[in-house]
Amino acid sequence: MDSISTSLNVHAQALGLRNKRNEILASNIANAATPHFKARDFNFAQELDKRMVSGDPLRTTNARHIPQAGGPDATDLKFRVPTEPSLDGNTVELAVEQVQFSENVIRYQTSLGFLNRRISGLESAIKGE
Amino acid sequence: MDKVNSVFDVASRAMSAQMTRLNTIASNLANANTVASSREEAYKALRPVFAAQFSEKVNKSGLATVGIEDIVALDREPGKTFAPDHPKADEQGYIYRAAVDTDEEMVEMLEASRHYQNNLEVLSTLRTLMMRTISMGR
Repeated sequence: MDSISTSLNVHAQALGLRNKRNEILASNIANAATPHFKARDFNFAQELDKRMVSGDPLRTTNARHIPQAGGPDATDLKFRVPTEPSLDGNTVELAVEQVQFSENVIRYQTSLGFLNRRISGLESAIKGE
Repeated sequence: MDKVNSVFDVASRAMSAQMTRLNTIASNLANANTVASSREEAYKALRPVFAAQFSEKVNKSGLATVGIEDIVALDREPGKTFAPDHPKADEQGYIYRAAVDTDEEMVEMLEASRHYQNNLEVLSTLRTLMMRTISMGR
């Protein structure tokens, strides 16, 4: 079991992070017309590195245990710096967000494709075809 | 206020906010030619006030959608025209036309419909991705 999960690991983590980034970009696009809204994003490479290095998060078995800060699950969200600041204090630039979103979708599909290949490879190995 | 749990909440609420914006624009355009007999009674253009609605765990999930906080009538001067034979004319013979700028409303309408389309596009893209993920390994 362990070797199967390690063989899928990078792409599985990447897929999860891509999904998270999609949700954040969707939030930015939804707030494209909201005054004073600040667009958010995170550094994908950095977050993926963080998830690959650290093992399981610190387990809490008692309600009074303090949860681990900055574990592999905590994403370091940052605010985007706009190229052209707008008068209403909104930092969402639709063109930027749309480009990032479409790129992220393509990369999500790529990760999904890699996972699918891995799985069908493993399947044919198991069946011995 | 309901919680913001998923990207579907984000897109659907943003779409309904833009839809409300389109409703106010439709009302403004419909009333662009109405006439009143005093400055106070004259129709004033309506505008929604957008406010971001954050998920409870926004620092972890980054989810934020948009909602309508209030709908306000813009404080603008209605057009005053001298027309003593008009049935709505006041004692001095003036009528007050609605304070609606149709060009401005058209621009607002284009922007609102573009925002609506953007959110719909995000929703349908993510839906397709989810469908593909469900059928992973088949």
